[in-house]
Amino acid sequence: MPVNEFTIRVGGDTLEGGIIRTGEFLAHALARCGLEIFTFRTYPAEIKGGQAMIQVRTAEYPVYSHGDEADILICFDEESWEVHRDEFRYDGVLIHDSKFEPKGVPGTATVYGIPFSEIAKIRLRNPMAKNMTILGSFSALFGLPPSVFEGLIESYWAGRPHIVQSNLTALKAGYEEAKKLEKKDPFWVEPRPMRDRLILSGNEAICYGAVAAGCKVFAGYPITPSSDILEWMMTHLPRFGGTPLQVEDEISAIGAVLGASFAGAKAMTATSGPGFSLMTEFISHAAMAEIPCVILNNQRAGPSTGMPTKTEQSDLYQAVYGGHGDVPRIVLAPSTVQGCFYVTVHAFNLAERCQLPVIILGDQALAHRTETILPIDLNSLIIINRDVYRGDGAEDGYRRYRLTETGVSPMAIPGGPGAYSAEGLEHNEEGHPNWDQENHMTMTQKRFRKLELALRYEEDYPGFQGYRWYGPERADVGVIVWGSTAGAVREATYLAEKEGLSVAALHMSTLYPLHREVVRRFILSMGRVLLPELNYTGQFAHLVRGETGLDVVSYNRVTGVPFKVREILDAIRDLAREAVAAR
Amino acid sequence: MAVDAKVREKYKSEVKPIWCPGCGDFGVLTATFMALGALNLPPEQVVIVSGIGCSGRFPGFTTCYGFHSLHGRTMPVALGVKAANPDLTVIAVGGDGDTLAIGGNHFMHACRRNINLTYLLLDNNLYALTKGQASPTSFPTQVTDSTPFGSYEADVEPCALAILFGATFVAREFSARAKKTAEIIVQAIEHPGFSLVHILSPCVTFFDTYDLYKQKIAELPEGYDPTDLYGAVRTATDPERKWVGVLYRGHRPTFEEMIPKIRQKAEEKLGPGDLQAMLDRRRV
Ligand SMILES: Cc1ncc(C[n+]2csc(CCOP(=O)(O)OP(=O)(O)O)c2C)c(N)n1
Ligand code: SF4
Repeated sequence: MPVNEFTIRVGGDTLEGGIIRTGEFLAHALARCGLEIFTFRTYPAEIKGGQAMIQVRTAEYPVYSHGDEADILICFDEESWEVHRDEFRYDGVLIHDSKFEPKGVPGTATVYGIPFSEIAKIRLRNPMAKNMTILGSFSALFGLPPSVFEGLIESYWAGRPHIVQSNLTALKAGYEEAKKLEKKDPFWVEPRPMRDRLILSGNEAICYGAVAAGCKVFAGYPITPSSDILEWMMTHLPRFGGTPLQVEDEISAIGAVLGASFAGAKAMTATSGPGFSLMTEFISHAAMAEIPCVILNNQRAGPSTGMPTKTEQSDLYQAVYGGHGDVPRIVLAPSTVQGCFYVTVHAFNLAERCQLPVIILGDQALAHRTETILPIDLNSLIIINRDVYRGDGAEDGYRRYRLTETGVSPMAIPGGPGAYSAEGLEHNEEGHPNWDQENHMTMTQKRFRKLELALRYEEDYPGFQGYRWYGPERADVGVIVWGSTAGAVREATYLAEKEGLSVAALHMSTLYPLHREVVRRFILSMGRVLLPELNYTGQFAHLVRGETGLDVVSYNRVTGVPFKVREILDAIRDLAREAVAAR
Repeated sequence: MAVDAKVREKYKSEVKPIWCPGCGDFGVLTATFMALGALNLPPEQVVIVSGIGCSGRFPGFTTCYGFHSLHGRTMPVALGVKAANPDLTVIAVGGDGDTLAIGGNHFMHACRRNINLTYLLLDNNLYALTKGQASPTSFPTQVTDSTPFGSYEADVEPCALAILFGATFVAREFSARAKKTAEIIVQAIEHPGFSLVHILSPCVTFFDTYDLYKQKIAELPEGYDPTDLYGAVRTATDPERKWVGVLYRGHRPTFEEMIPKIRQKAEEKLGPGDLQAMLDRRRV
């Protein structure tokens, strides 16, 4: 369907600039035409210069992945053509700056060479406006009304009339230049009534979610791809009466979060793999001293410094198993931008309710992509606060680590009654160090009982789904998926169904504690079970096997980019053949 | 600074200290009770954050709020406590290894942030809890279980470091002088900003320095000027004497004073926070 349904990729060198903004303007304009959008971007690894890319997928229905190949490819320079030609649809549309002649374009493709650089630099004497000329040409070629771009330019540079004017001029120049061309391709934008949508990135949704949940202290240390969360918090948290801190390292970040939470404030930190490694000792401490906290790990690719601007799902072992001793913790993974908001709210709720460390496992691709999402009504949220000791009840005196049925004991807050010492040594109910054999056993059981409470969270908070079962109760192929890979799986299972394959999917948001019985039932109801994840070692597959005693087929990739729908679809087809043969 | 015994009882927990008889840390604990009593601070308004070491057990022996954190990590935790509730009185307790080895980086940044808290550095010139290895304040010639032939490194002087890192109150005392130590702790708590009290606190079990320090300490002379930063560094590093008393006193905005200032600036520039409005502005 070439009308209102295609994928655009924009590529160029960051030295020239304007590439990402071109994509962002396209995405916003399409959304203003009543379409859903999903963007995906990659940044160069070079410190200066290098190829950047933004891909915008649009459709009239919700889109869950960035699109396997570009229907429309916009190249700022020759190198971008070379970089992206392998993911260019054989009968797609190539729009390029006519300062170069692209080599090896398939004869089936439509090519529009337009002198963007010349228009911007020579005719308009405004090289910065090259991207606006590109948007103008896009408008002329695909029927996206120029007034939509004009509106965007006016609001983006509101209060700077000179910039607005020069960009409008460039937009018009690009429009007129492309109008001279003969339209030879089938792609077209047919504006629909505007839908009520927000456009957010994953990281922005997490920031909003944190504030909505009542986060008052944030502590962080710059690291890709979480630095923009630190910057947002440093800018905005004070406006909400909070105190954001840029500290000397990630150990300090998590330490400050624990100190703040101990003193009664909801607190969080955000990092990526290397920083998360530094935090593990304190995560163990949070579990022992029973201090609520939220830790976001936006995973990037590889061990050590790895590939900082690329995505992966390879910190699951560390999130679930990291830390010394038996460490109860909760691990959640969002899979959409909307999910980033709600999972963050639930992370705080769970931390408060269970007095446990809660780890959010995001990833680079999700952190920086944007999506159109449904509006968020803050009044509809249920916000949970910890059970605070206020000097009441307890005839036999206050005990911070009192043994209770759920494992949760009311928490005294400094400044109020019930002074105690938050203790990292094994301790008794009062919090006094105690190394008796039975005591360590009893207190460990107490701390782990809270995981059962965590699994019951869904019952009390119907809005939250720790897992979602898509499709039939029984099928030839089942797909278990977590994190941002879920989008590609959702589209792949839809296509597989359309092909007549029997397929279901289980999408896990709560990774730990695992909803063991649900996962067992799912595996036992399917002919074969596929578990695709962006890591080499099959980390979630190991967890699932260990917790259920049942096998799954791991599908692993470590290329630094998300799965393509096609890759998952092919894997489903293969397993379906096997399952049918074994039936 | 008259302190009656009853007031002191208010801060003493039912948990008996597990320190060796004669340990210098007892003197610091007593001095802290005296100081809290003199200031008449309610125990629930006081948070004592400690690291790991013999010294780390300190909070549990008091009736105040305590946070027995990790080895070297008192400062991150104390920063968080203060960020959440600047009105609390925070006392940090760290050993010399805790503060200057594993926690050295945090110590530097806590000084420069000028967090309004009192840092009691309980210096016994070695790692005691792990039973007698060299620490950053061990003397180069000191023989310990981990430096049987002396050490490769020079020792560090915490007061000089703190002054140069930006602490605004730096004092030294000897734990055998509990009353003097209490007087210094009172001043440290009253001082607005980061206050280091470097307390020579001998470990009778692994390296008994009582006699050494009794000979070496000297009270600062009459007319000593604690506002002279470089003079204070010279005094702190005097190879002949361990000067006790307030070595340095300066003034800078505290971390806590900056919190409302930053909030005010953010609101002036961007307006007070309204999350629903912010979200609504992100509409297509
Ligand atoms: C991360 C970590 N490394 C090592 C230790 C072991 N450890 C416990 S206390 C200590 C040193 C204690 O020396 P100091 O800080 O000077 O305190 P003191 O016992 O002398 O009061 C060490 C190395 C630990 N608890 N944590
Ligand atoms: S080992 Fe040394 S520092 Fe530790 S309690 Fe005994 S005397 Fe004090």
